[in-house]
Amino acid sequence: MRLIDVAHARSGDKGDSVNIGLIARDRSDYPLLVREVTAERVAHHFAGVCLGEVKRYELPNLGALNFILSSALGGGGTTSLRVDAQGKAMGEALLFMEIDV
Amino acid sequence: MKTVRIANGQAFWGDSPAAPIAQVRGGDIDYLTLDYLAEITMSVLRKQYERDPDAGYARDFVDLMSEIMQECIERDIKVIANAGGVNPQGCAQALLDVAASKGISGLRVGVVTGDDIMAQLDGMVGEGVPLQNLDTGQSFEEVRDRIASANAHLGAEPITRALADGANVVITGRCTDPGLVLGPLVHEFGWRWDDWDLLAAGTVAGHTIECGAQASGGNFQGGWREMGDLAHVGYPIVEVSADGTFVVTKHPGTGGAVTTATVTEQLLYELGDPATYLSPEVTADFTALEVQEVGRDRVEVTGARGRPPTDSLKVSMAYSDGFQGSAMITYAWPDALAKAELADSILRTRLEGLDLRLRAIRTDLVGYDSVHGPVIPSEGSDPAEVVLRVSIWADDPGTVSRFAAEIAPLVMGPPGFTGLLAGGRMRPSRVMAYWPTLIPKSVVDPQVIVRDGV
Repeated sequence: MRLIDVAHARSGDKGDSVNIGLIARDRSDYPLLVREVTAERVAHHFAGVCLGEVKRYELPNLGALNFILSSALGGGGTTSLRVDAQGKAMGEALLFMEIDV
Repeated sequence: MKTVRIANGQAFWGDSPAAPIAQVRGGDIDYLTLDYLAEITMSVLRKQYERDPDAGYARDFVDLMSEIMQECIERDIKVIANAGGVNPQGCAQALLDVAASKGISGLRVGVVTGDDIMAQLDGMVGEGVPLQNLDTGQSFEEVRDRIASANAHLGAEPITRALADGANVVITGRCTDPGLVLGPLVHEFGWRWDDWDLLAAGTVAGHTIECGAQASGGNFQGGWREMGDLAHVGYPIVEVSADGTFVVTKHPGTGGAVTTATVTEQLLYELGDPATYLSPEVTADFTALEVQEVGRDRVEVTGARGRPPTDSLKVSMAYSDGFQGSAMITYAWPDALAKAELADSILRTRLEGLDLRLRAIRTDLVGYDSVHGPVIPSEGSDPAEVVLRVSIWADDPGTVSRFAAEIAPLVMGPPGFTGLLAGGRMRPSRVMAYWPTLIPKSVVDPQVIVRDGV
């Protein structure tokens, strides 16, 4: 199963970092996200794209996780040569991740 | 129980011109908030101001007000906008001129200044304020002589002063986006500056609507097909109570939707540590927020917690950082991908022969892997068309122009070069880079002036 089957996401930029908010579609799937979508697995998923560390914050109150991917935008903001200079699509890239249920 | 209805009608400069008008005419609101400033907008405005001392602010805002000013004054809808750019006084004057020329009476404009710290930079360096890059830790010395604008992010407090003085339009320069919403709430409810949970609630309310329709169905990943009439998407409104509880909603009959999912996506947008959302008035904590649907297109948000703010203010600077250019050529089946790759290889061989000094060069295959890269593999697919995009970054415009001259000759490379997507020959564009930093709050002294129309 891929994350897109149980979660939705929104991403945005802060300098050269991207934040991805990952939200369980059904609140009962939040523990699954906590178990499966670790910072390590997210770093592995974005290998070659995120060149820095991945931090994860838990928001059980919203059924959501917040990830910060550093050094992920080719310099970021107005200097990046990336097509997706602001990481707008990176939330959707995360949803491609395979998880074990 | 009294509630205050605050609408957002503009999330960035260039957002829908129809949105703020729809917010005024679609139903009852008490305040209309408008955000015009992105990270480097101030440097663009400063350039305009240097050419013309009457410019340097968001002219779109004046055009908008010319349309809605009469209605806003008659219906007592107050307008709060960071449209002042580097010349808030000039922006206020333009509004007063509009009122005079249209015979509109009752305009009272509050102007917030003091965010522009360009003139104070040398003094701060002398006093040992490091001004280092907040994200990268780079030293300020590296960019000091290239700084094009420097503005502190003021908060809600000066806005409350303008409102207390009877302003019905408040114009700021650089101001935190949530401050545009928190200011009216503190004014209306008389919250104290140490009511941390209330200040946090107002800040969360501001964060929820500062990106316009992103709270009400725009850019909604969780179900964009179900968002109804996005051509007429309703921009968000918060109905805030004195205890800080608020309901996110939108005007009836508009497109989009306000659901727990749309609101939650926006709460997480551009969020760092959710327990530490920094602003000049309060450090807000999102980790006990509860989001609950209480009616159709009505979502209640409760549980904001706050604690005292830091002693620092965020500063956004922009500095000149070379030139960029990007060329795009479309190749089609058969072998679209192989053709694009061959053209890129020819181009790079020729560039090597020219011995240009490039800071960066990047090739993307648009329609193949330019967005998701290796994360979502496209290998094995045989796309009917691929756009070759090659972008460079150099110190001087001449290098970008020389690179540009190598694009058209690629028509003599692999077959099927179908022309340049961006039109004629690419022109170098100047790069304004972003330099976030922190300064002590004590350095800045926000001023408020209120001016009357006729």
